[in-house]
Amino acid sequence: MTQPMTLTNPSTDIRHQLPAEQEMSSTTGKKSSRVQKETLMEIRRVSKRFDEALAVDDVSLTIRRGEIFALLGGSGSGKSTLLRMLAGFEKPCEGQILLEGKDISRTPPYERAINMMFQSYALFPHMTVAENIAFGLKQDKLPKAEIRERVAEMLKLVHMEGFAKRKPHQLSGGQRQRVALARSLAKRPSLLLLDEPMGALDKKLRTEMQLEVVEILERVGVTCIMVTHDQEEAMTMADRVAIMSDGWIVQVGSPVDVYESPANRMVAEFVGTVNLFAGEIVMDEADCCVIDSPELGRRIRIDHGISTPADERGVWVAVRPEKTLLSLEQPKGDFNWAAGTVEDIAYLGGLSVYYVRTEQGHLVKVSLANTTRRSERPGWDDEVYIHWDERSAVVLRD
Amino acid sequence: MSAPISQRLQRWFRPRRGWVIAVPLLWLTLFFLLPFGIVLKISLSEAAIAIPPYSAIVNVGAETVSLVVSFSNYLFLMSDSLYVAAYWGSLKIAFVATLACLLIGYPMAYAMARAPAHWQLVLLLLVMLPSWTSFLIRVYAWMGILSNNGLINNTLLWLGLIDSPIRMMNTNFAVILGIVYAYLPFMILPLYANLTRLDGSLLEAASDLGSRSFNTFLKVTLPLSKGGIIAGSMLVFIPAVGEYVIPELLGGPNTVMIGKVLWEEFFNNRDWPVASALAMVMLALLLIPIALFHRYQSRELKE
Repeated sequence: MTQPMTLTNPSTDIRHQLPAEQEMSSTTGKKSSRVQKETLMEIRRVSKRFDEALAVDDVSLTIRRGEIFALLGGSGSGKSTLLRMLAGFEKPCEGQILLEGKDISRTPPYERAINMMFQSYALFPHMTVAENIAFGLKQDKLPKAEIRERVAEMLKLVHMEGFAKRKPHQLSGGQRQRVALARSLAKRPSLLLLDEPMGALDKKLRTEMQLEVVEILERVGVTCIMVTHDQEEAMTMADRVAIMSDGWIVQVGSPVDVYESPANRMVAEFVGTVNLFAGEIVMDEADCCVIDSPELGRRIRIDHGISTPADERGVWVAVRPEKTLLSLEQPKGDFNWAAGTVEDIAYLGGLSVYYVRTEQGHLVKVSLANTTRRSERPGWDDEVYIHWDERSAVVLRD
Repeated sequence: MSAPISQRLQRWFRPRRGWVIAVPLLWLTLFFLLPFGIVLKISLSEAAIAIPPYSAIVNVGAETVSLVVSFSNYLFLMSDSLYVAAYWGSLKIAFVATLACLLIGYPMAYAMARAPAHWQLVLLLLVMLPSWTSFLIRVYAWMGILSNNGLINNTLLWLGLIDSPIRMMNTNFAVILGIVYAYLPFMILPLYANLTRLDGSLLEAASDLGSRSFNTFLKVTLPLSKGGIIAGSMLVFIPAVGEYVIPELLGGPNTVMIGKVLWEEFFNNRDWPVASALAMVMLALLLIPIALFHRYQSRELKE
């Protein structure tokens, strides 16, 4: 077997290098025990053009056996096109897709050991639940008794035992999803593809099903690639997340990695919300660096060096709202704070988001967990200070 | 004690469901139910040399009102093998023509539904375009094509493929060909409407689960287009059974179809009661498939 490689791209372009660096640190995945080191699928420099428009641009990825991998991106980011190439509905213009070491780029969908759960579920309306699940098995010409057994097993897996004789239109959205999942797992594929798995469900059901689907996938032990535009869904379900934008992969890493150490400004803004301050590096040493930020009106100090080239001094400093602190008294020291007034408060139940207008006119979001029912909190138009720990901020480039 | 007249009038004339239904109901009563009743009445009377040429059912005497209902026309239809043969011939020809329409129309509708969007309108127009010329002229044109010194035979003779012309005109083949040609759009349009609605992701799902294109067609596309197939077949079969013009122009002595027999009874024999009975039986025969179709449709809707 080949050495599990993250990226086979020899390009020195920064956008291809960044994910690689992130990848190294992503060993702290929450379900890493299930994920094996062995490579299941390798995507090598795959590109896809539709009438001159580049939908997928030189993407390279390695999927490990047993992991749940999420392609996260907005609409038009190329994530769906990439998924459709893996399923075989689209042929890559360039590059290769290797499944267990074999190039399947030109293999038609019906010959791939890959099954997909469609966003619309694509259940056959004229067949019962059992017939839907049995469809793929019948194509393999399995004996009737085995098909019956496997269908029963799948129905049990998704807790739909009593619904074998129903037609899809007699089921609720959540039940349809279970059937679609059972159908795509029935053939025991080496790779399962999920296209916006929760896209057709309402919010409440979505959170329920996210955990249940992950539980089912773990029980079966199938490797899974999912496509979603919902970062919460990607972070809940996946071991690793790839952020896609404009057809290329911006960053690959565990949910913690992409949230806490975003590769660039785009990732930081796409995954969660963030406060950004433009600045210029004035001091950069091994254990700390100082950034002059007119937007903050004060210098920013960060607890690690960032080794910048001399001609790239302009950077962005990103601080997450939950790591931004709010106080009524002026913080000590000369770094990492600003004075301002509370412009708006969004009470979200579990937490409240404060919108603070700094003296420099910058709007900063601060989220506070509502840990007690009633407490002394700043109110509208109060004079407050925002500040953060020097370990909380991240330096980013465009 | 009651509301003022203006209010009562308002209530009465307020737009309600009843009024919406009233218009088509009136139409159907005037132009369908009433003629139907008249034809039914004539079919139960007896032929007479009179104007109109049948006996009255209800006779009002000095002290009695007598109702004379005669089933002799229906019994006569069953006793004469000509009529049974005509019904059977009509059903046979209509069935073969419907089947041919389906076999030709389905691939056409399928291709149209799969064609790029900007081509679909053009193809749809091409299917409907022939109907813009007179039906009669188009059937006449077939006479020119099929006759012994028509287009096909002359071409084949000129090519030396045959020594003497093939007899196509005035055969059942010509009748079926004419019906298929005339009614093909009625098969294509409902099928096309059905096939364009087919969700492409179902075909992808089938392919993803290991099914090749032809199997996907048999297992997914075909069963899901059942509604279109039934609708199209009804639209061809029902008018084809009663077709008169095409067998009259293209058919021969061996073509016995009920439409032609009906015409002869009515205009040549002037036997209105028998002709009416023929029409009633034909209607009953056609009601069976229509009722079946209706039941199928309502079951589909319920599901």
